Amino acid sequence: MRRAYFKFSWIAAALLAPQLLIIFVFFYWPSAQALYWAFTLEQPWGGGNTWVGFDNFRKVLSDPYYWGSVRVSVIYALATTVLAMGMALTLAIFVDRQLAGYKAYRVAIIWPYAVAAPAVGLAFQFVFNPGAGIFSYINTIAPGWWDLSKYPWQAVTAIVIAGAWKQVAYSFVFFLAALQSIPRSLTEAAAMDGARPLRRMIDLQLPLLTPTFFFLLVINITDSFTDSFGIVDTLTGGGPFRATDLMVYKIYADGFRGFDYSGAAAQSIILMLLVMALTFVQFRYVERRVHYT
Amino acid sequence: MAEISIRNVAKTYGKTKIMDGVNLEIRNGEFVVILGPSGCGKSTLLRLIAGLEEITGGEIAIAGQVVNQLEPRERGCAMVFQNYALYPHMTVAENIGYALKVAGVAKAERLARVEATAKSVGLSDFLDRKPGQLSGGQRQRVAMARAIIREPKVFLFDEPLSNLDAKLRVQMRHEIRRIHNQIKATSVFVTHDQHEGMTLADRLVIMNKGTIEQIGTPEEIYEHPASLYVAGFVGSPAMNILPGTVAGDGRSVLMADGQAVAIPAGFKAEAGQLVQVGLRPERLTLLPAGQGGLQAAFQFYEELGSARVYHLMIEDIPVCVVLDEKLTLTEGQRMGIGFAQAALHVFDGASGRSLTRPSASRKVEEMA
Repeated sequence: MRRAYFKFSWIAAALLAPQLLIIFVFFYWPSAQALYWAFTLEQPWGGGNTWVGFDNFRKVLSDPYYWGSVRVSVIYALATTVLAMGMALTLAIFVDRQLAGYKAYRVAIIWPYAVAAPAVGLAFQFVFNPGAGIFSYINTIAPGWWDLSKYPWQAVTAIVIAGAWKQVAYSFVFFLAALQSIPRSLTEAAAMDGARPLRRMIDLQLPLLTPTFFFLLVINITDSFTDSFGIVDTLTGGGPFRATDLMVYKIYADGFRGFDYSGAAAQSIILMLLVMALTFVQFRYVERRVHYT
Repeated sequence: MAEISIRNVAKTYGKTKIMDGVNLEIRNGEFVVILGPSGCGKSTLLRLIAGLEEITGGEIAIAGQVVNQLEPRERGCAMVFQNYALYPHMTVAENIGYALKVAGVAKAERLARVEATAKSVGLSDFLDRKPGQLSGGQRQRVAMARAIIREPKVFLFDEPLSNLDAKLRVQMRHEIRRIHNQIKATSVFVTHDQHEGMTLADRLVIMNKGTIEQIGTPEEIYEHPASLYVAGFVGSPAMNILPGTVAGDGRSVLMADGQAVAIPAGFKAEAGQLVQVGLRPERLTLLPAGQGGLQAAFQFYEELGSARVYHLMIEDIPVCVVLDEKLTLTEGQRMGIGFAQAALHVFDGASGRSLTRPSASRKVEEMA
């Protein structure tokens, strides 16, 4: 590991200041505030608070609805990650093999990443709408079968598809870059060694992709825990029967609709710890199987 | 074991013509070196043989079978790449045995063959290492072993030594020749290094701008270069080239400064023709002023240890002479340059082709 040492200079400090200020205002300050609220009982309309220790956490963790929310969040995170990375890898391999039209996809596949989550949710609202969307054709064949405001599993499927659709772009860019950084001569050497394209993919490309794979796994799981609010809010509103009440959505609903700031703050802290723990587990156990070259 | 026929092969990328009308017959078990500067199309020719590039025109046959439409794996060629192209996530043993694994060879036999091959290139102690933990020379050996284990009909080498340091390069050169003498597979070796070409080749192919300039044994190429280009590319220091005009009687060449050299038998030039006279530095001697075939002024010398390269000027044309003797000369001193008639080469001034008489060139072809 190379290290660089810099002398302190006022110019450097001045150039760093805006970024540090942004991080402080939008990350450390709210985090500290949430941490404080999590240990107090906060009055919704202002006017002081009371220190309650771990009461908020006890209340949250003994709430069966909260555990339901954790369960669906984990399902959502795993399903979107698997779906998004699987799709991204497949598309990246197609583009890398320069199948017909690859130049067009290469650009087009990146666009979904630029779409804001609520817009994605709204777009999929039209796709999944049981009365007017693309999926409504199912109801012309089997009337009443498709309705994501009625059937929990359909609602979960819908947010998973919308979430994955948004994530594909990001993973695709990284997978494609990784595939293209595999030296051409390696593929050629394998071709001379008698390996056909599929064999080369399994023996050569996929093992060499593992560092990228690991990076994307961490990013995707973190993202699907923390960045799913917009999709849930516009597509299902957490329903039906709290079936899509993801942790991050529940924080918003309890805090801003239920005015339980302290409970929401406690949930935020738990979510933060959960994401940190998951990332730690991935680095500890998954990274061991990565070949860095 | 196989012979390779390259007939009228052409290659274009889009509208860029890389090579055109290349003909080459490589005999069974022969070690052929394709020599040329970067961008002359030598690597492309090798990749066309391997099947890594598609042929635009003409045909290539290996062991009598036209392979134009065959995939690389169906051609029976093994290739050693310039950057070795080792699989970074596999151990040395896995790298060497990969072709056998793909071919479905049983594990016990595979391991036995990997061990035997590794032993033959001196890698037995490194089988469990990853390529990243090996030195350049060891990686080179793994690349060789990976090619050898397949017992290919044809060995292709794409500048395999250019990433090694000078000492290792000579060592690996010997090793490649030793392995070739052992397994006697037809080998095609591409390089821009004339020493590698001269020392390794049974026959040398000199390429220039996508065409073949000359084919012959290293000795023929050195003694009878077919063109100025070949003459300048092979030999170190490079051949001295003196421009001149053929005198009225057609028997001698007049230099710009009025000196003349006789045209040796075996070369034919027209009176008044612009020509270039070639003289190998190793074939010249230095004599006292007034003696020898040409007069020149001494400039400086380069010490090589076993010999010296003396640099002189004939008017404004540089000439160098390689001599074992260590002479004491002063700058500007007039010296005579001595040479035998047979040491002279005469090239056409415009085309650069050698002006060898037809009979002499036929003799060269017979030897080839």
